Amino acid sequence: MSPHAKTVASWGNLSHGGHMVAAPSFHDEIPMALNELIAQCRSVLPYGLGRSYGDVCLNTGKGLLLTERLDRFLTFDATSGILRAEAGVTIGEALRLTVPKGWFVPVTPGTKFVTLGGAVANDVHGKNHHLAGTFGRFVRKLALRRSDGSVTECGPDRERDLFRATIGGLGLTGLIEWVEIDLQPIASAEIEMQSLRFAGVEGFFEMSADSVSWPYVVSWIDCLSQGSALGRGIFMRGRHAETGALVAARAKGGLGIPVTPPVGLVTPLSVRLFNEAYYRRPGATFTGRTHFDPFFYPLDRLHHWNRAYGPRGFYQYQSVLPPETARRGTIEMLKCIAASGQASCLVVLKNFGDAPAAGMLSFPMAGTTLALDFPNRGNRTLALFAALDDIVVRCGGRLYAAKDARMVPAMFHGGYPELDRFRTFLDPAFDSDLKRRLSI
Amino acid sequence: MSRTAIIILGATSAIAQQYARLQAERGARLLLVGRDSERLAEIAADLTLRGAETVEIPDMDLTAPTDGYQAAWTSLASRLGERLDIVLLAYGALGHQDAAEADPAETVRLLNANMVSACAWLTAAANHLERQGHGTIAAIASVAGDRGRRSNYVYGAAKGGLALFMEGLTHRLAGTPVRVLTVKPGLVDTPMTDDMNKNGPLWATPAKVAADIDKAIARGRTVLYTPWFWRPIMLVIRCLPRVLFHRLRL
Repeated sequence: MSPHAKTVASWGNLSHGGHMVAAPSFHDEIPMALNELIAQCRSVLPYGLGRSYGDVCLNTGKGLLLTERLDRFLTFDATSGILRAEAGVTIGEALRLTVPKGWFVPVTPGTKFVTLGGAVANDVHGKNHHLAGTFGRFVRKLALRRSDGSVTECGPDRERDLFRATIGGLGLTGLIEWVEIDLQPIASAEIEMQSLRFAGVEGFFEMSADSVSWPYVVSWIDCLSQGSALGRGIFMRGRHAETGALVAARAKGGLGIPVTPPVGLVTPLSVRLFNEAYYRRPGATFTGRTHFDPFFYPLDRLHHWNRAYGPRGFYQYQSVLPPETARRGTIEMLKCIAASGQASCLVVLKNFGDAPAAGMLSFPMAGTTLALDFPNRGNRTLALFAALDDIVVRCGGRLYAAKDARMVPAMFHGGYPELDRFRTFLDPAFDSDLKRRLSI
Repeated sequence: MSRTAIIILGATSAIAQQYARLQAERGARLLLVGRDSERLAEIAADLTLRGAETVEIPDMDLTAPTDGYQAAWTSLASRLGERLDIVLLAYGALGHQDAAEADPAETVRLLNANMVSACAWLTAAANHLERQGHGTIAAIASVAGDRGRRSNYVYGAAKGGLALFMEGLTHRLAGTPVRVLTVKPGLVDTPMTDDMNKNGPLWATPAKVAADIDKAIARGRTVLYTPWFWRPIMLVIRCLPRVLFHRLRL
């Protein structure tokens, strides 16, 4: 199990850098794997499934500790809904265990292919942020191994500062060995959902205000539409159904993109055609029931969808603007993006709630978040991001580190007021491309 | 019908763990044999949560059981009670070809770990299942056993010998209700292969291999190449004329 060389990319496929990796299979192998990586490479970073988009999960030329084989359940109490599992267990695997017993993860991102360790380290959010907050708020306890050999169990009521640094701590405070979370009870695996068109961005804000009682709310936007149709899109809301079977989705093969095509398939023309069709399709207005899997994880059915962006990869840009500036700033950003003609079909708009942040570097805050994919077209794309950065900074917003590959250090430092405090909890042997780039 | 009763020899192997998970979700009764009791306990806790009806974890060195193979087998088999449905032999050691070439004792060690001890367990298991008149024996060999190659012929010879033994066992038990499956995985991303360069499209996950084994057992197959594309690849490698083969660094 000694460290070996491996080329590793993140989900955005922007870089394919060499790493030294070690993948311990059992708990007793963790200390040696960590020590060897640190001795050989001088630094290490935990790596789960690599679903973050930018460089938060990369440590190019240095060490990665792969958690994929640390994927065992430790305890699950079907009465209280408390699950303790190793950090490499994925949300998808957890759901396969807990859904048949009537429990669902408290918060889920838009893919089930993330590990619990990654969900904690990026303090992920989901469609229920406006009511529930982030994933980190449901962590009861976790075990953190530091490079000095210590293992600390921390939680909201024990070693609270170290805990708050580790939630959303980007893997830089040590290795999360296991996580214990509170699940939410469900009566059915189905979701009662509605989807509705809105003809412009004002419609989004109105529907959001009308939907605060719905636990799950998210919108898709056609980011190429301009003028009176600026920010038209589809509003989706859902809640766990009261009746129905408790079946986790089968791990079906699904479709996939087998190889990266030589040129990206996401072009202005293909995006325009897709957006028009997606907005106009009859299913865009729908009231009914669906299984939770297509509701939460529509893209999980297309394996390796990131390959559609071709060999140059893609960026994701996710911002949040506070409530005071959200409307004005979102409109300004959408105008800027529509005029550039660069974005892709994958655009998400959502209002966050005002739940207190679980971690020192947690991304979500009260306001409106906009997330978009952009094929990597080099300087043209970076110039657009610079323009968007201006708007975000002027509006008092910030960007999501798990999605980022290019923001400047000042923007990160300005957006995260608890950064200095966070730094006192850094593990000196843990490092990442993002940490170096943003001078964390 | 009562739950499937399974003995896994070498239960801490990556492929064995994935196979055990598949069976645990169906509520199987599992007997996991391996060397490291602490690791077996980690696996057992997980499998119990996943739904296994019972998980027992006797620990022993499978390549040299203290009481001899027959006595060790009898005591293992008695722990599961009346009926035994599946025996999966999953342990093995890749070793280092260089070390085996330099040291005859290492060659013997690899032959014992991958073939000699395995054949002993398979003999005991086959007799047990034949008497019982029911069950499946599966053993994990390797595509490396299909032709001797300079890069790993000691490991290859052991796995090839195991495959030949299994072929004979399949022949012997052909007229009985007992099924025998020889599994020949290709490149699998497990701790055993962590020293190899794993970039490239030929690598499979242990979960994929385990799912293939599960299907092959259900269908009563005799030889499984997994993933499937290794069957044509190995056919070509076996058929290469020696003149050509000797020019390749395989």
